[in-house]
Amino acid sequence: MRYTLLLHYPEMDAASLSEEAMAEGQRAFASYAATLHQAGVLLGAEILQPSSNTTTLTLADGVLHVQDGPFADTKEQLGGTFVIEVLDLDAAVEWGWLAPSIEWGSVEVRPGALFTVDGAWRPNT
Amino acid sequence: MNAQEARAAAERTARASYGRLLALLAASTGDLAQAEDALSAAFEQALISWPSDGVPANPEAWLLTVARNRQRDSWKSAYNRAFAPLDTTGELGRDAMAADVVEVDVDAIADKRLELLFVCTHPAIDPAVRTPLMLQTVLGFDAARIGAVFNVPATAMAQRLVRAKKRIKEARIPFVVPSRQDMPGRLSAVLEAIYGCYAIAWVGEFLENGGVGDASDAGGVAAADDLRGEAHYRAMTLAQLLDNEAEAWGLAALIAFSLARVPGRLEPAEPGRDRRFRPLEEQDTALWDAALIADGDACLRRALPVAVPGRFQLEAAIQAVHCARARSGLTDWTALRTLYAALVAVAPSLGAQVALASVIGRVENPEAGLTAMGAIAAGEPAWVRAAVERFQPFHAARAELLARAGRTAEASAEFTAAAFMTHEPAVRHYLVNRAEIG
Repeated sequence: MRYTLLLHYPEMDAASLSEEAMAEGQRAFASYAATLHQAGVLLGAEILQPSSNTTTLTLADGVLHVQDGPFADTKEQLGGTFVIEVLDLDAAVEWGWLAPSIEWGSVEVRPGALFTVDGAWRPNT
Repeated sequence: MNAQEARAAAERTARASYGRLLALLAASTGDLAQAEDALSAAFEQALISWPSDGVPANPEAWLLTVARNRQRDSWKSAYNRAFAPLDTTGELGRDAMAADVVEVDVDAIADKRLELLFVCTHPAIDPAVRTPLMLQTVLGFDAARIGAVFNVPATAMAQRLVRAKKRIKEARIPFVVPSRQDMPGRLSAVLEAIYGCYAIAWVGEFLENGGVGDASDAGGVAAADDLRGEAHYRAMTLAQLLDNEAEAWGLAALIAFSLARVPGRLEPAEPGRDRRFRPLEEQDTALWDAALIADGDACLRRALPVAVPGRFQLEAAIQAVHCARARSGLTDWTALRTLYAALVAVAPSLGAQVALASVIGRVENPEAGLTAMGAIAAGEPAWVRAAVERFQPFHAARAELLARAGRTAEASAEFTAAAFMTHEPAVRHYLVNRAEIG
């Protein structure tokens, strides 16, 4: 069963973060990814750039809009995703607790519905 | 065998084994809704087959086999609908192929009811739907009956239950008993849900006596009747399954003691007048159920060897003291004071505080009890004071203390206030009567 761990947290600009804190965060995420990989559950992960660098596309009344910034300007933003394959929700939740960002944000554990293999959709089981 | 006997046999099996069979059917798939459909189809099949073929030697095994075949059929058709283009034949069978073996030995298969209880009370399930979900899956109550006791329209209740079952299946909440390490947090949710079954049975008690609700609430009455017995049965089963969990034994004892006193609550029926309410102290202990009291005592002994007793053990011990009057003829008020003080420390509910004040009034003197009542009424924050104002037991207990203190006029006013807050006619009648006497 595939679950995506969606990491939401308040965004901090690089200036307000000390180099030490940044390095500490990077070490924590490196170790988290290595642990998931060694356990054989990690399918893929992505840490996203700040939402200030995002571009949002919408189609309203047949007109394409390109917006600078996130769709919703909320305090917490999606900061990264980890796709894991485990037996059940309890196992996924266990891994979710270990995400370093739990210290400063929330971790959403979301079961997958479909995924692609060679461009074709497969149901998640 | 005629259809009536077959129906009776099917109903007996349903009552004794519904939850056990459903848990077995759902545990391997995680799909409660499909397991329910398969099991009800099996019961329907029984009503057709048993009158002519006779009731099978092992009705549970028969039902399990038929239900598993149904499950397999539904996988097949779902598979054909959804995944026909894909070649994943291996996915299909799972362990349902075992259902081809008609001689399933149900007793040899591990009991999955405990797992089902923990699924129903999983942290990922909305707390408000946990007790209803347990009533439906473990006890086999339908949404209309559950809705009646929770005062929720049947369709709304059905939707909530469907959503919860969908979530269990699609998020894949596992059918497992939590580890020792996770048990404390998870167990309390199960106990709360079972206690919920028992507590809502009292709502049924009011319905039964023609109180709130209207005459069309027959479903509520029937559900509440079953609930009391089932909550007892479920609490006993859980305690036995968990074996070493003192709070589970405490809950089983609490429910047994409380049930034992039910026959004494109302005076015996007399032609031409309604049954009158009798307060605990005036109840005829000969009407209490001695077997249930013995059950309660046995459960409480199992619960005892624990350093810090929990809420349910303390409440059970309090009930045990009241029930002991059936043997000794006396109520040990000093013991009650100690127990209520401990309960207030462990689980400080308004009900426990009022009971403690009331007992202080008996152990010391009525004025001391009234002083304790005053302290509750002056409680912080403001919402506590507002809650006290609306809390019927507070007014009833305070009225009793005022009467004992000889403050007749004040007592009369409090009895009247308590009477107005009561839905149950027999209790209201009793309180109005006390108000008149003063």
